[in-house]
Amino acid sequence: MNKVLMSGNHIIGEAAIRAGCRFYAGYPITPQNELTEYMAENMRNVTGGIFIQSESEIAAINMIAGSSAAGLRVMTSSSSPGISLKQEGISSMAACELPGVIVNIMRGGPGLGNIRPSQGDYFQATRGGGHGDYRTIVLAPASCQELADLTMEGFDLADKYRNPVMILADGMMGQMMEPVIFKKPKPRVYNEKFMLRGAGSGKSKFIHGLILDPIDMEEHNWKLARKYAVISKNETHYEEYKIDDAQMVLVAYGTAARIAKGAIKRLRSHGMQVGLFRPITLWPFPELQLRDLSSKIKQFLVFEMSTGQMLDDVRLALQGYADIQFHGRPGGAVPTPSELANVIAKHYKKND
Amino acid sequence: MAKTVFKRPKSLKENVFHYCPGCGHSIVHRVIAEIIDELDIRGITIGVPPAGCAVLAYNYFDFDMIEAPHGRGPAMASAIKRSLPDRVVFSYQGDGDLAAIGIAESFHAANRGENITIIFINNAVYGMTGGQMAPTTMLEQKTTTSPAGRNKTLDGYPVKVSEIFSQLRGVTYLERCMVNSPANVNKTKKAIKKAFQCQIDGLGFSLIEILSPCPTNWKMNSVNSCKWIDEVMTKEFPPGVFKDNIAEAKKASEAE
Repeated sequence: MNKVLMSGNHIIGEAAIRAGCRFYAGYPITPQNELTEYMAENMRNVTGGIFIQSESEIAAINMIAGSSAAGLRVMTSSSSPGISLKQEGISSMAACELPGVIVNIMRGGPGLGNIRPSQGDYFQATRGGGHGDYRTIVLAPASCQELADLTMEGFDLADKYRNPVMILADGMMGQMMEPVIFKKPKPRVYNEKFMLRGAGSGKSKFIHGLILDPIDMEEHNWKLARKYAVISKNETHYEEYKIDDAQMVLVAYGTAARIAKGAIKRLRSHGMQVGLFRPITLWPFPELQLRDLSSKIKQFLVFEMSTGQMLDDVRLALQGYADIQFHGRPGGAVPTPSELANVIAKHYKKND
Repeated sequence: MAKTVFKRPKSLKENVFHYCPGCGHSIVHRVIAEIIDELDIRGITIGVPPAGCAVLAYNYFDFDMIEAPHGRGPAMASAIKRSLPDRVVFSYQGDGDLAAIGIAESFHAANRGENITIIFINNAVYGMTGGQMAPTTMLEQKTTTSPAGRNKTLDGYPVKVSEIFSQLRGVTYLERCMVNSPANVNKTKKAIKKAFQCQIDGLGFSLIEILSPCPTNWKMNSVNSCKWIDEVMTKEFPPGVFKDNIAEAKKASEAE
């Protein structure tokens, strides 16, 4: 397969269709409109492809829940304010164990905020987001190639664990263009017994999140918790960059991690041994892997395009074993690698 | 030899309805189950119950069902139908579910002309939560959240779903019925059957609004509840066929 030059939003759409997504519902919101448009244009060209421009984000998430129950691979996408609206449905999908991929091309917030790239939705994404005791798997691509790969993987994970999966990117990732290779998708593995397609001559079934008996509801919560424990164990992904000789490690994801790499190159040219730890799954967070680093590295700096959200997870991971600094640019502001390099240089202390 | 003249429809489970005595839900449930048996579509029917009194409908209906969050039934049903076009898909909604929190989902499913059926129970009150004011509560009607009676200045007017939805070009069949007498139950059954047949024939969106008694929250006995539908509710919500484009839709589909 040859490399093709595409924009981030289009790549997600193409990867989804290649991965077998056959139902997409969405509502226009910047900066992810190109994805909705891509699905409108391309779903009609694949057999069985269904596109609905929904009346709202709320309708869109419930549409994908319905189609997911019917057995299709499904996706919706939005940007921050729209993702807030989808939370009711995401909670419901988690409760009913319906697979589906939800794309959040984050923008500046809170409220309507702006349409610039931001990372202010980390808490919402990694803590479930909606009501109730649940988790969504959260994948954080940092390149166009990863947008393609993680979108495809997102569908596999959603099916494997019968759980919503969120692709958490930002306006920068959605809008930028890079060459990309679409890998061959894995064949779908999903048991028909989970699909709701009419009882035929057999026993009827129902899919529901309403469990009035508190003991039964408790058991359902524990069942989900056991599933989340398995996901945490098996599906934690991260990248280490120039860690081997590092005296200080940056922790950043997505666009912030790209900026961090640029900063690290500058710092290293000045002799500062700085590396990067980049979580690829934000939930499950690579907690143990980060903690392991603290046995030899004592300086960490978390960089986010927010006022500090993943920072909490880094603190939980490091448990006081190392010093943690933070640099944030919330509200749609995107720092340059040199700005970040200057900040890091101030904090960097060479070990004797 | 004895002849069976009345039996449990196959599409109803052998569970006792939790609905209050005199409630219309159990009547409508039975009617739907009878129709599904008669049309022999149990194996291909998927129902979407609402949040509200009928949230436990899957305890009674013996065909595939999936719960929708409050008001979202038509969005979910639209997607299921588009994903599985040869199934019969209906959503079952109350007045709060359809005319308040889910008005957008219902309106747009109708406007898109989704080939689904909505069964709309209008009992002028939020039943499950204990009798609060619904979008269809009558003017002057006392509820727990309109204790002095619904006041048009503060609370607005009863929402006439059938009148409004029948204006949408996407709607093929729309009728308002009642289940407050045996004759009206039979009419309701005829209407729902027609709506299901409309869907099976691929002719488009159908909605049956049903004026349904809620003695518990109306604080009336069953007999007076049935009378109240006739004497009060029908003044605001007159029964009848609001739209029947079935013949035209059939002609159009044959022409295609």
